[in-house]
Amino acid sequence: MHITSPAFKDNARAALADPGLQRALANARTGFVAKRARAVAALPEFEALREEGRDLKNHVLAHLDFYLEAYARAVEAAGGRVHWCETAEDARRTVVEICRAAGARTATKGKSMIAEEIGLNDHLSASGIEPIETDLGEYIIQLRKEPPSHIIAPAIHLNREDWIEAFRTAHAHLPPDRPFAERKALIDEARSVLRARFLAADVGITGANLLIAETGSSVIVTNEGNGDLTQTLPKVHIVLASIEKVVPTLEDACTILRLLARSATGQEVSTYTTFSTGPRREGDLDGPAEYHVILLDNGRSAMLGTGFQDMLRCIRCAACMNHCPVYGAVGGHAYGWVYPGPMGAVLTPTLIGVDKAGHLPNASTFCGRCESVCPMKIPLPKMMRHWREREFERHLSPAATRWGLGLWAWVAQRPWAYRLAARAGALTLGWLGRKRGRVSSLPLARGWTEGREMPAPEGETFHARYRRLAKRGLA
Amino acid sequence: MAGSEADAKERILGRIRRGLRRGPLPPSVAGGLIERLRSHPRNLVPARSRLPRAEQVALWRANIEREHATVADAERPEDIPGLVAEYLAAQNLPPALRLAPDPFLESLPWDSRPLLKLGFGRAEPGDAVSVTPCFAAVAETGTLVFPSGPSHPTTLNIMPETQIVVLRRSRIVGSFEDSWDLLRAERAAPWDGPAGLRFMPRSVMLVTGPSRTADIEQTIELGAHGPRRVHVILLKDDPG
Repeated sequence: MHITSPAFKDNARAALADPGLQRALANARTGFVAKRARAVAALPEFEALREEGRDLKNHVLAHLDFYLEAYARAVEAAGGRVHWCETAEDARRTVVEICRAAGARTATKGKSMIAEEIGLNDHLSASGIEPIETDLGEYIIQLRKEPPSHIIAPAIHLNREDWIEAFRTAHAHLPPDRPFAERKALIDEARSVLRARFLAADVGITGANLLIAETGSSVIVTNEGNGDLTQTLPKVHIVLASIEKVVPTLEDACTILRLLARSATGQEVSTYTTFSTGPRREGDLDGPAEYHVILLDNGRSAMLGTGFQDMLRCIRCAACMNHCPVYGAVGGHAYGWVYPGPMGAVLTPTLIGVDKAGHLPNASTFCGRCESVCPMKIPLPKMMRHWREREFERHLSPAATRWGLGLWAWVAQRPWAYRLAARAGALTLGWLGRKRGRVSSLPLARGWTEGREMPAPEGETFHARYRRLAKRGLA
Repeated sequence: MAGSEADAKERILGRIRRGLRRGPLPPSVAGGLIERLRSHPRNLVPARSRLPRAEQVALWRANIEREHATVADAERPEDIPGLVAEYLAAQNLPPALRLAPDPFLESLPWDSRPLLKLGFGRAEPGDAVSVTPCFAAVAETGTLVFPSGPSHPTTLNIMPETQIVVLRRSRIVGSFEDSWDLLRAERAAPWDGPAGLRFMPRSVMLVTGPSRTADIEQTIELGAHGPRRVHVILLKDDPG
């Protein structure tokens, strides 16, 4: 996938000026937040589960080598195969080898962020194997040749008319003037078009929300049932999973699953949670004849023992982006790669480099909502701050930022200078906004005032007010 | 495993250990983890799953109905074919069924409804309605538990537009953990492989209502790729 993260600022500006995107985002902002809040309120144990979830993942990460080997042994005992892949390229190559060995022409796909991360679709197409996305959101963005803009709702940036246009163009065998009076008509059409592809596919590729060491199972969570058709009908099933997805037992999976659906869509449980363990067994009437797991590292093992280890607890629920004021304003494409929002701002620099993704950890107000809703209690703002520090250390920040921070440090270390600057600032801003109580344009902060007005201070600094009130015994 | 993949495995494990600043786990620690896998201790289980029997059944029902499944009660097994026929008629569906080759379903008096066309086996592309057994159901969320096997092909749960599920009331349990324990107790096979494989079938589907999507404008629509309708016939097979 083409990386546009270095152009984050331009991307964001364009996103703010896109009325269709803003309409779609307004829809999404209110929906996800309210649904999660209702689901959390309905489960008194939710907070305690978050703590257990965090501790469980920490336990797994501290013993990751053990659990991965136990998991791989269980998969092989069930007749499946595990392919250890260090890089995106290794994973892509292995998938194509499996497809070729099966003589595959088409591969249906369930939604997988790992597939996006390794750029699988382009590679399959280039190798003569047609990938077919079957999650409705992924299907439409594949038709529109664009990347997902959200990790669980890939087409969240689109409105109904975008779907109608894409379907009329792509499904040319259907009457061109057919009506799409309701959303249901779109879904019915996608169902019938994709059902034929499911039946014809040679290989089915899914992601994995969890891997279970006890049983060697991969777990996927969907609402549409597309993942189940993908992993049941073709003769070969390939699971794409990264190494941090493993949990010890079925009981541990339950803990994560209780957190996942509530945090993601606000459901108590997703419609389908499916545990797959190896290929078809003796006497089975359906199921794949081959079961492969691509176990991908791609930079994750290098995060262990660093300030970014906690990020490996992430279960990809998207609560952080659903609650992020920055994501809510600019949407996912502005982030310029696979993972948007706060989790992307932390993960993307580890995977593609802080030189390319340095803007992302800066695109945060540090309001802390992401951490407060994260089911795994990942300290996302702290880690974004780590990246800002690294970027500064490596002299990647722009000159104006470095100069400004230097000036700030000089002033902040000298109380007299700080008091002087604060008084001058408060007086000037207070004077500028004296009529309306708001400042609508500032010479050195146009980037800020272009989008909103700044509330004017009252002309007095905190220090001055504190002294004044202390004298009257009120502070 | 090919040679290069074996090397990749060792390099990945090596990087993990270097990150964790240790070598392979000492046997005492590994032994503790093996014991954890073997004994699979429970974590926190929501209190709502632990209810007096009648309330537990009512909770299951309220949950699955909220998730857009429908439920009908059967007093006796021999009532089931009639309930199936009535449901098909009420929904204006053709009287043709693909049934799971399950001994209990096969034993029902289907000939009491001679207009029903029956076929036992896996789902085929033209099948509109399936009838399946149900291993267990979870009161906590209303979820139906479908392990795969010769008597319950997975395709029956996902290909037809309508799935009719025959659930015995005695199989309603409180929590997901309870359903795993049933699976472990009833399906364990005596062999020496990894503990989990002694009971885990190729596939276990946890299904909570008909398929749906909110991908278009974040609004839920039923009937995405899987069934549009899930109808449960609840058979009273216990005194509670």
